[in-house]
Amino acid sequence: MGSVSAHVVVLGAGHAGGTLVALLRQYGFEGPITMVGDEPIGPYQRPPLSKAWLKGEADADSLALKPLEFYAENQIDFRPNISATALKRADKLVELSDGSTLSYDLLVIATGMRPNKLPLPGAELSGVLSLRSAADAEELKSHLKPGHHVAIIGGGYIGLEVAASARALGAEATVFEREARILSRSACEVLSTFFTDYHRARGVTFELGAQIERLVGEGGKVTGVKMADGRTIPADAVLVGVGGKPNDEIAADAGLETARGVVVDLEARTSDPSIFAIGDCSHRPLPHYDRMFGPESVPSALEQAKQVACAITGRPAPTPEVPWNWSDQYDLKLQIAGLPFDADQILVRGDPASGKFAIFHLKGDQVQSVEAVNAPPEYMMGRQLIGNRKHVNLDRLADPSVSMKEVAA
Amino acid sequence: MAKVTYIENNGTEHVIDVKAGLTVMEGAVKNNVPGIDADCGGACACATCHVYVDAAWDSKTGTKSAMEESMLDFAENVEPNSRLSCQIKVSDELDGLVVRMPESQH
Repeated sequence: MGSVSAHVVVLGAGHAGGTLVALLRQYGFEGPITMVGDEPIGPYQRPPLSKAWLKGEADADSLALKPLEFYAENQIDFRPNISATALKRADKLVELSDGSTLSYDLLVIATGMRPNKLPLPGAELSGVLSLRSAADAEELKSHLKPGHHVAIIGGGYIGLEVAASARALGAEATVFEREARILSRSACEVLSTFFTDYHRARGVTFELGAQIERLVGEGGKVTGVKMADGRTIPADAVLVGVGGKPNDEIAADAGLETARGVVVDLEARTSDPSIFAIGDCSHRPLPHYDRMFGPESVPSALEQAKQVACAITGRPAPTPEVPWNWSDQYDLKLQIAGLPFDADQILVRGDPASGKFAIFHLKGDQVQSVEAVNAPPEYMMGRQLIGNRKHVNLDRLADPSVSMKEVAA
Repeated sequence: MAKVTYIENNGTEHVIDVKAGLTVMEGAVKNNVPGIDADCGGACACATCHVYVDAAWDSKTGTKSAMEESMLDFAENVEPNSRLSCQIKVSDELDGLVVRMPESQH
């Protein structure tokens, strides 16, 4: 602790790494900082990539966490286009893709995730895209125009946000989901049904329970999605949004404990006291739920960046936050607080048909999580109720004429 | 361009030239001004860019949307002059704007 002049090396220049280095300087850390990233540009926000960026409402400057000159001005040695290839813990050394090495006193692994590839023939065709980086988004953007048809494989949040952006830009969109409903991994049926209907009403086609045989193409370029039932659905581009995998190999190879991500504690420290891991590459404790999880979210990455910055500069650890996330689709703002672990009951407050409602996942009379659509009071108060474990009167919670403040009183 | 003064809860002042078109939140975050977290990056989804707008600027900073109003209603330490700084666009008109930060954004 209080390692004021230690050399901090950050592997990864995403939302987590970029936030951490800025916080270290904000908290008065004066030692050398080196941050390496495998992209050509500095840390930027990824959430707008599926929304504002595709619609031309954001540019590189607005996406950037900080202007590029910030790093030099703050004595942060930022090295783009470089990734780490090996970690030698005994020597406190990382080997980099440009052949050089870096010695560290404290290492932070912030290598993020990578999108899963589609394990089907045709996945290598040109026009088959994933969406993780600004470069991915730029390529996808070129396909979202009137007359074009984009096939979206995977009915998760990225797929749905891209479908909404595609429709806003006048492109046709078909969402293919292997399960019987979209968002099957992350949301309850009420929410799946609501979003399916909302997208359908805005021209999105759904293939649910879809059995895809292969992607077909001509001259190396994708032209359609061939289904097991014999149909081929034409497509000018295919976006694959079927989850991702933490980039934790460098940690695992160095003998650090991993479990779908690098295992860390509440300071984001790994099993090696000189090494932290933050963001999508980490597998972290969730104090409100008494278990480990990889939240795959920006808020979690930011919270962990704070944990590490506090640990390095000797500040008291930040208060654990209730996990949360959001998604923007059309004029809908979905805000999610908590995770529905151990929930035994679902309570819907408000009428989904009104486009303004919230779904509470309850364990007895305590809130485990809330999914709120255009319903900030339910989200904000739900988040507090998850944090303080208050017992709630469920009849009052179910009655939208009773305000959330009264429910929580 | 507008000069915006951000005052931390402990009294520390940061005077920043913010480009017209950016939000008051972006002006702080891009210059690493402490006290404005802006976890959602300006989507009006998190209420962690809460500021108090000095009374003199109240009319020039525009009105709150229903979404902003609703988020603020449930934030900590809210006052009548509370705003989410991601919802205030900077223009030349706001040259001299002063905003103060709450004790905590979480």
